[in-house]
Amino acid sequence: MSLVSILYALLFYFAAAVLCVGILLRIRLYAHTPQPLKIPTTPAPATRAGVVMRMVREVVFFQSLFKGCKWTWLFGWIFHFALLLVLIRHLRYFIEPIWAWIVIMQPWGVYAGFAMLAGLAGLWIRRIAVDRVRYISTPSDHLMLLLLIGIAGSGLLMKYVWPTDIIALKVFFLGLLSFDWQPLAPDPLLLLHLALTATLMIVFPFSKLLHAPGFFFSPTRNQTDNPRERRHLNTWATEPDTGSRP
Amino acid sequence: MAQAYKTEFDTPEIKEYPLIPHIRKGAMEHSKPFVAKAQHQESLGFPGELVDNWQQVALAKMAELLGKYRSIRVFLDTCVKCGACTDKCHYYLGTADPKNMPAARQDLLRNVYRRYFTLAGKLFPKLVGAVELTEEVLQDWYRYYHQCSECRRCSVYCPFGIDTAELTMAGREILASVGVGQKYSNEIITKVQKIGNNLGLPEPALANTLENLEEEIKDDTGVDVRLPLDEKGAEVLLVTPSADFFAEPHVDGLMGYAKVFHQAGISWTLSSYASEAANFGIFIGNYDNMQKLAQRVRDAALELGVRRIIVGECGHAWRVAYSFWNTLIGPFDFLDPDYPVPQHICEFSYDLIQRNALKFDKTANDHRILTFHDSCNVARASRMGNMPGGQFVIPREIIRASCNHFHDMSPETIHEHTFCCGGGGGLLTDDLVELRVKGALPRMEALQQVVDEFGVTHMAAICAICKSQFSKVFPYYGFDMDMVISVHQLLGDALVLGETH
Repeated sequence: MSLVSILYALLFYFAAAVLCVGILLRIRLYAHTPQPLKIPTTPAPATRAGVVMRMVREVVFFQSLFKGCKWTWLFGWIFHFALLLVLIRHLRYFIEPIWAWIVIMQPWGVYAGFAMLAGLAGLWIRRIAVDRVRYISTPSDHLMLLLLIGIAGSGLLMKYVWPTDIIALKVFFLGLLSFDWQPLAPDPLLLLHLALTATLMIVFPFSKLLHAPGFFFSPTRNQTDNPRERRHLNTWATEPDTGSRP
Repeated sequence: MAQAYKTEFDTPEIKEYPLIPHIRKGAMEHSKPFVAKAQHQESLGFPGELVDNWQQVALAKMAELLGKYRSIRVFLDTCVKCGACTDKCHYYLGTADPKNMPAARQDLLRNVYRRYFTLAGKLFPKLVGAVELTEEVLQDWYRYYHQCSECRRCSVYCPFGIDTAELTMAGREILASVGVGQKYSNEIITKVQKIGNNLGLPEPALANTLENLEEEIKDDTGVDVRLPLDEKGAEVLLVTPSADFFAEPHVDGLMGYAKVFHQAGISWTLSSYASEAANFGIFIGNYDNMQKLAQRVRDAALELGVRRIIVGECGHAWRVAYSFWNTLIGPFDFLDPDYPVPQHICEFSYDLIQRNALKFDKTANDHRILTFHDSCNVARASRMGNMPGGQFVIPREIIRASCNHFHDMSPETIHEHTFCCGGGGGLLTDDLVELRVKGALPRMEALQQVVDEFGVTHMAAICAICKSQFSKVFPYYGFDMDMVISVHQLLGDALVLGETH
């Protein structure tokens, strides 16, 4: 076992732990923070089922963003949808035997890699070219795009230009999952791809990537518009003393 | 300390097609409202002037709010700076000051939050834009959290539903907590707590005003229409913004409500104790003050023994009433369960229209060509009727029932996309007149379009602030100040008074 193999094994255990524990802690914090008042952005559904549909439309189609800015919606949606396909495609490196539907998704996952790059490029161009978006951007906003472009770019280069020993990689990750460590090929492009991915996992719970779990706790989107029909209680309020009139 | 504001400024030009301006840094840096005097801070439970350890107090307050409001916690974490909101705020469109872009306005708090409450901000402040809470930051909070009307337009377009209004309220609450509250809102809240309404109109003056209005209706129509005050045992308690008692065009709306009650044959009363629907507690983001103001309505309803509560035309007031009252001062188990609590005056009138209980002579409004301004907090923070979007349908149906000529403004400026009038959220004060004029630009452009296209003569509204604000800013844009009109004035003018049903 080479030192690189050991380092990467430890890195991925660490990254996975930070990602999972970090997000879980954040979700717990959001869930335990009270929401004293009803603040859905109206018109809002008056039933729980309606709210679920509203959330689904947001998560699947980015409905609000579509109303807000067509270009950002286009690039953003392409990026996220492509990322989903790419992640699905990558499941094959962690599963043995590979499920049939993942095999079917394989070619789409590869095309999605290009779509992901295109979406990220569009988002970055907007971030730089539109003065308003440039103004609200911090260095981390640019770096986040760079990181994702690095991950997608290195992945595509391995697929099309400098292939790595993908069988050996799968052996490495299956080894990690079963705590039976196997060597990792010291292929520079692969090491870069994996290091960037681990970085993304570690950064996730401490950055704006929290928008993923955060969305589900957004009261303007997840509240039902029924304040007159059902009394919403504020857990920290002191009840008004009835009949306080002098 | 003498406080001054800019009275000379350029009114923005109405362009044929609305344009998104390029950013002009610092364009509205000089704009800030007068600071509250010590007495009006202390009356609301805040320190009279900037406390010595203000940084410590501000951060403690921020920590408290983060623990009390999921909205604040989630909204500060989730913004990805996608920019979808950046061209949505009427104050940005009217001033081009980048700190009036919703994401940038939120960042004033977020950057401090990151510095003191997040690992990334503590370790790499420059990287994530985290900043120390300095005096300059506090100044920026005071300036720019008073350039937001809490209209929620940005929250419509945000992919995560981030509502800048929540952060503006948090910002204002922190400001008041360290000793720098806003004069206009704090004075008004103090007046309501002492006297019962924003104007500080005591019971005898109110009674006198209502008597005069009864005479005016009698002179106009020959019919005895009552405007009762403090009448025990009435069926309905009407709570309406106090501007309805004297301001133009509001007062004509009040007479309209009275005519509807008269015609419906339903006994009703105003209350001198709860003679204010507006609740400025929401503006300063302070739950306790908001609850205290709302409590007067509950107390008055109990004291008068009414069966229903109806709220007059007012935007933020309707938000507090519709969305918050049940939480703040409920349950309303002492009221008639057959009617929604509270009910909007438009819901009440619409219901009568639906049941053919009102007769109209629409020609009474034939000299008017109407359009309708959706008030921001009715549109995006509340509802009317029993279906989502009823707040758009019901006022328009009332207008259509009373008028022959109605044209909507451009679709991207009405319904949930509506622009704030520019004076909401505690900004309807002369020390912010430049902001108010500039913030009205998007609505003025949409209005100009229907004036040119359809010859629109009047814009109807259902909010006391909208009505006052438009009366003030119309002349800056070359419109007549009388162009704004109450929905219930239109209804009142067309209503055929006679045998009650």
